[in-house]
Amino acid sequence: MIRALAVLLLCQLAGEMLTRALGLPVPGPVNGLVILGVALLVFRQPLLAFADVEKTADSILGTLGLLFIPAGVGVVQQLGLLGTYWPAIIATLVLSTLITMLVTVGTFLWVKKLLGAPT
Amino acid sequence: MNDSGFALWVYLSTTPLLWLTVTLVAWVGADALAVKAGRHTLVNPVLIAIVFVSAVLLITGTDYATYFEGAQFVHFMLGPATVAIAVPLVRNRALVMQNLWPMLAALVVGSVVAVISVVMIGQMLGLPNGILLSLAPKSVTAPVAMGITENLGGVPSLTAILVVATGVLGAVTVTPLMNALGIRDYAARGFAVGLSAHGIGTARAFNVDQVAGTFAGIAMGLNAIVTAFAVPAIMHFWGLAIG
Repeated sequence: MIRALAVLLLCQLAGEMLTRALGLPVPGPVNGLVILGVALLVFRQPLLAFADVEKTADSILGTLGLLFIPAGVGVVQQLGLLGTYWPAIIATLVLSTLITMLVTVGTFLWVKKLLGAPT
Repeated sequence: MNDSGFALWVYLSTTPLLWLTVTLVAWVGADALAVKAGRHTLVNPVLIAIVFVSAVLLITGTDYATYFEGAQFVHFMLGPATVAIAVPLVRNRALVMQNLWPMLAALVVGSVVAVISVVMIGQMLGLPNGILLSLAPKSVTAPVAMGITENLGGVPSLTAILVVATGVLGAVTVTPLMNALGIRDYAARGFAVGLSAHGIGTARAFNVDQVAGTFAGIAMGLNAIVTAFAVPAIMHFWGLAIG
């Protein structure tokens, strides 16, 4: 597990360095995601720790919800803002989420049909 | 509370140990509740734990900075968790390749619509810029969304709440919506909910159908990458970015 954690942190560190060095708008961990993805594709066999990385990644992603809590509790600092704007915020979230789902599923099916794949 | 009890509280309430423990116990309790409710989408463990911990802070008069000294150890793991999304993406690469073109088209269109629609509707309803910036990455998994908001000069903790709310909304509406439209392609359904409602939507998709769940997970990972690039560009174009 420690070996796998070291791999994840190394990718994140490399990602952060890339963001700073090149002034990218992308958060460091997203670069780290791409770096790990490429590393897994290229070094799948030589990377002895792969099974370990896979297991650790699965267990971290399995409790992803826990990691949202500290930031989410920051809502205690936003109560004034939310108290004022909550009707508009909820209306915006509902409309935008429904529109996004419809447009995404529509595009997926339309392109699939264009390519003549069975739906 | 007697004097020694008060002294103990004064000591404990300022140690990272107490608030780290409260965070973990709140999650374990909330997750057990969700399991008991048969993982019903309305019983969202993230939301329950956040409400519980927030209530404890408000009742005990603890400020967020004190709480975060303990909670930061959990918060820190968001970075490695984001990197870890590479694993399911690589694992499902055969599925990705089979549906490459429909997925890429839906990915690009969906990512852009998710950002533009939320900013446009929010602006029409009179929301201030700080909230609009925090809303922009709402469809992306929290660690990435908060990173994007932070870079733009928005409020990451507000983003976290809005991301969780979006996830719950998507998870609750996807099945009735797709059924009403008569869409039976579970790859397409899963992809749509994973893109618009990230991990919480993906969890819901896995409850409905294995293929839907897999495509939702792929959409979540890919959308995290695309949105990280798209949001800063769109926000600068819109003249909303502070950072």
